Amino acid sequence: MPISIINESALCDSDLRPTARVLQEIFAQAVAIERVDLNLQRAYDTSRRQHNSTALLAQILEHPNEHVQKRVVIVDVDLFIPVLTYVFGEAQLGGTAAIVSTHRLSNQYYGLPADPQLLLQRLEKEIVHEAGHTFGLYHCRYFECVMRSSTYVEEIDMKRANPCAACAALLAEQHPAPR
Amino acid sequence: MSSRTSILIVDDEKIVRDSLTKWFAEDGYAVGSAADANEALRQMQAQRWDIILLDIKMPGMDGMELQVKIREIDPQATIIFITAHASVDTAVKALKTGAFDYVTKPVDPDYLSHLIQNAIRQRALLNENIKLKEQIAEFPKLDEIIGESPAIQKVFELIHTVAKTDTTVMIRGESGTGKELIARAIHGNSERRYFPIVTINCGAMPEGVLESELFGHERGAFTGAQYRRKGKLELADQGTLFLDEVGNIDMKTQMDLLRVIETKQFTRVGGNDVLKVDFRIICATNKDLEKAVHEGSFREDLYYRLNVFSIFIPPLRERKSDIPPLANYFVGKYARAMAKPISSISPEAMDVLVRYNWPGNVRELENAVERAMVVGKPPAILPEDLPFQLSDKNSRPHTGSLSAVEKAHIASVLDQNNWNISRSAEILEIDRVTLYNKIHKYGLRKP
Repeated sequence: MPISIINESALCDSDLRPTARVLQEIFAQAVAIERVDLNLQRAYDTSRRQHNSTALLAQILEHPNEHVQKRVVIVDVDLFIPVLTYVFGEAQLGGTAAIVSTHRLSNQYYGLPADPQLLLQRLEKEIVHEAGHTFGLYHCRYFECVMRSSTYVEEIDMKRANPCAACAALLAEQHPAPR
Repeated sequence: MSSRTSILIVDDEKIVRDSLTKWFAEDGYAVGSAADANEALRQMQAQRWDIILLDIKMPGMDGMELQVKIREIDPQATIIFITAHASVDTAVKALKTGAFDYVTKPVDPDYLSHLIQNAIRQRALLNENIKLKEQIAEFPKLDEIIGESPAIQKVFELIHTVAKTDTTVMIRGESGTGKELIARAIHGNSERRYFPIVTINCGAMPEGVLESELFGHERGAFTGAQYRRKGKLELADQGTLFLDEVGNIDMKTQMDLLRVIETKQFTRVGGNDVLKVDFRIICATNKDLEKAVHEGSFREDLYYRLNVFSIFIPPLRERKSDIPPLANYFVGKYARAMAKPISSISPEAMDVLVRYNWPGNVRELENAVERAMVVGKPPAILPEDLPFQLSDKNSRPHTGSLSAVEKAHIASVLDQNNWNISRSAEILEIDRVTLYNKIHKYGLRKP
């Protein structure tokens, strides 16, 4: 199974199936949803009261799955990398693992009424974005491209869930679809 | 993607270096890292880095000291300090020593992203500024104006005298003598050289259009004025306004221009806002302005305002010793432009050039050499490559009967004016029909 979505969040797997189909379409790879036991506590930073996303990525890499090329983990905890106050997610550029958090994608985090549909839309974009990095794509300047860098949630809402023509062409060139 | 921008991260904490490297790599930047000052200096010596993120507290040499060393290697480096131990004192010290900014770990990703983008923009502006200054350095220098004759040497002296002042200059000379080149040389050697020189050809524009060109206009000022437009006066602010063919300005615009020169204030056409401007005026004319003042077609007060410091460029025929260096300069110029290995002018061709009358002055000489460069063959320009064959009628004193002298003179004027009948008739002060009759009478033919 080339791409695996590891659901460590409170979301139902069924909620993630549309995202799996989108991933399959964009990256031309089969996608499965699985569960892996991650030790979130090991990545928790008590002073920051956040989880170190790099440490969580390292846990995924400690348990390789030889049947899978790329793995994207979904968590609900707030993520950070040491130099930044927070991140929506993190990926190994051209590597095998990525992580995305629902924490700051949820309306409730910003004091707004819950909107499960909007949360799933944002999550889908972030999963495709971080997966794109594992396929070697850089940030894109095109306004609506999913690979555009987003540092606040409204920016995620402004972009689409799929890569622009230039990023799609780069993806097809670097990773031709299997025959 | 900003793949061309390079960022060097200097921090003793590996986890900070790694996370920043990864974060910037996703943006497509070329990222390098160094764990201490020595490694950072090695990286600085090895290649040029656009932006340097520098930790203040590091073992050994700290970030503040390192910044001084980095500036010795690359004075233009954009340095951003990054520290976990924020204090107002260190922030102020960092910024005073020339850092671009100062951020505290952990940084808001949005803030860091904008900070880097601003640093890139500032760097691009800096580079653009350097390039523009280099272009300004290419303004005509005094030694780039070609000529050895005492007459042109006198012009050099006058340019040198007036360039550093803010005095209004009137450049006079026949068409093609290089009045605009002199104006650009004055501007390029003046204190205003980092601001624009804005040229306006007053002779090429009808009344109304010239007014709008000079003063600009507001939206709706006249039919077709769909947008507000800045005029040349506004564009020349801090710089130089070069009024070419100033003798052709209509009376109304002369009055408006006089007011601007006196007050340094104006309003756009159709506008009410009074705009203040600061510019130096250089003007040029090939007209007899004194005669125009006497006849009442040019305002006397404007004449005195413009004619503060006058430079007269003598016609080429009066400084024949300038022809060989000028012709050789143009050969070099067009040989480079055309990549053609013609490097000289044969003595016979040079003799033709020197003996010719050059009614179109330096411009005509340049055109003649350019044409010769096109048709000529290496290694030298020959007489037959020139656009005219200097006949006896042009070069030798006329002898014999009155009709022989007349024939030779008409042929000479026709040759000099490329057989332009109207222009030749004007110079000969006869009408075109008479000129046709004379051509027929003397059996003259266009070469």
